[in-house]
Amino acid sequence: MALIETRDLGRVYNLDAGRVVALDHVSLDIEKGDFVAVMGPSGSGKSTFMNLIGCLDRPTGGQYRLAGTAVESLDADGLATLRNREIGFVFQQFNLLPRVDALGNVELPMIYAGYDRKTRRERALQALGRVGLAERAHHRPMQLSGGQQQRVAIARALVNSPSLLLADEPTGALDSRTANEILGLFQELNREGVTIVLVTHDAEVGRHAHRLIRFKDGRVIEDRRQEPVDARDLVPEAAE
Amino acid sequence: MRLIEAIRSALSAITANALRSLLTMLGIVIGVAAVIAMVAIGSGARNLVDQQIRSLGANLAIVTPGNVTQGGARLGAGQASTLTNEDAEAIRHEVDGVVAAAPFVQGYAHVVAGGSNWGTRIYGIDLDWFSAREWDVADGRTFDPEEIRRGDIVVILGQTVARNLFSEEDPIDQIVRVRNVPFRVIGVMAPKGQSAFGQDQDDVIFVPLDAGRRRVIGRNYAKDGSVGSVFVKFANEEDIEPGIESMTELLRQRHRIMGEEDDFSIRNLTEIANTASASANTLSMLLAAVAAVSLLVGGIGIMNIMLVSVTERTREIGLRLAVGARPRDILSQFLIEATTLSTIGGALGVGLGAGAAYLVAQLAGWPSLVSTNAIILAVGFSALVGIFFGFYPAQRAARLDPIEALRRE
Repeated sequence: MALIETRDLGRVYNLDAGRVVALDHVSLDIEKGDFVAVMGPSGSGKSTFMNLIGCLDRPTGGQYRLAGTAVESLDADGLATLRNREIGFVFQQFNLLPRVDALGNVELPMIYAGYDRKTRRERALQALGRVGLAERAHHRPMQLSGGQQQRVAIARALVNSPSLLLADEPTGALDSRTANEILGLFQELNREGVTIVLVTHDAEVGRHAHRLIRFKDGRVIEDRRQEPVDARDLVPEAAE
Repeated sequence: MRLIEAIRSALSAITANALRSLLTMLGIVIGVAAVIAMVAIGSGARNLVDQQIRSLGANLAIVTPGNVTQGGARLGAGQASTLTNEDAEAIRHEVDGVVAAAPFVQGYAHVVAGGSNWGTRIYGIDLDWFSAREWDVADGRTFDPEEIRRGDIVVILGQTVARNLFSEEDPIDQIVRVRNVPFRVIGVMAPKGQSAFGQDQDDVIFVPLDAGRRRVIGRNYAKDGSVGSVFVKFANEEDIEPGIESMTELLRQRHRIMGEEDDFSIRNLTEIANTASASANTLSMLLAAVAAVSLLVGGIGIMNIMLVSVTERTREIGLRLAVGARPRDILSQFLIEATTLSTIGGALGVGLGAGAAYLVAQLAGWPSLVSTNAIILAVGFSALVGIFFGFYPAQRAARLDPIEALRRE
């Protein structure tokens, strides 16, 4: 059984201007442990696809199973619980809470999972260590660089050990060198077994994935496996 | 999310915008302070009124002479003396529940002692007076029954009179002259303070009923055995109403009144006291109600700022939803934030109100009572205000669509 299974997945918006088909009968599987880049221009349906597989939205047609759970039948609370357990989000704008230090930000998903304070603290520190920021645990987002903020966000995404890491333009707000470091971190996490789906319009970013799915007009127009570029090769000093 | 955790995070949100939070709370602070101060001052005033009225004595009625027509001339209430010692005696023995019936005459007299003199009220009383008014001597002794019977020329001074005539000296066994009659001082009354009407109740002297009647007050009390008024004390408050009815019946019989107007009137002083304290109570409730309106205004202020806060933190809400917060988690987060805000405001208000009440009490010389009930009520009510006015903004936050919320700049 694949981690993600969509069958004729569709999403239609009924707007004032009329009916908009944002996603049109998309059927695909994503295996556990894969690193997938979802690409396409704006309006191609890739964001709608990401919202659906991220359980932020419900399909208007078709089925979606995430780690065996039929998502289309869940209510708002069920979706929230599923997001909390199975999905870690990484956003372009990091979306860290400004008043809370790095550790507190990483703890956030565990608060909703109901872990006690001590466990949260331990696991958040561990997750920060995994992205190389253990010594910045008590810095607030404003005191961190963009790359460091994104690392905190990645630690937050990993802390509940989700089955899927879902990244939406994670390097969009970073300079190319920092972007490469973050992509390197993704590849490293992927080698450790984390399943990653990365949504981007940037072909350069897409080259770091093992599989590339391209959307256009709400349909999949390309789906192929590729030899990924190794982030360590592009900027040699980043590997050290 | 656990409650303590939620409150801690609410506190951090509140302190992050300390000035704004403080201004938001101000409505609640002022509202609660006003309620606390009003209730405290109101109940202080009520207690004062109460205490003054009850200083007359509890469960008391007074029988006073009424209108009479004497040979075609109509005399207003109190001008003629229609009551007698025997009336008082009859009331004492024949009316149920009566523990004392104290007939008295009163007048105004100039009192001279050595080089000093003092104008004061003079009462001619019998022994029942002391139990009816619940008032005793502080120094010396009261009259003995023989002195009352004979109408001896002995006197008991009120505190004010004693102070003015003798200052530091011991007045006991001294001679004071009233209308040139030398009275021997046998006692000084305990201080009684102000009456409900602002009269100094200690500015008074007491002499045996007969001595007062014959020697110093005279007037139309000259008729043998007539008295001014009679204080009637009952054992219980419930005895007063039926007691007044049977007293009326008794006096009508004794005065042979059939059909025409009574020549006496009876008033229930305890009822007057109750009415007065009830109206003081109503007044303080009214003040509190007005103050409560400002709490409502404070609540609207909280709703306003919480709506602003929800708008400002839309992305935060989106993020929380994305990482697994259920709508009800968001609802309770904002609800707890509003409630924490209003409860802190309430606590500050209690402090401010208690301080204001204390200050007023000090300045006006009133007793002020900040009751625990008022505090619990005020803080509880401000928490309720927070929940009530926080609900709508919190619900708006909880109903946000995570995708929309995350996209918001």
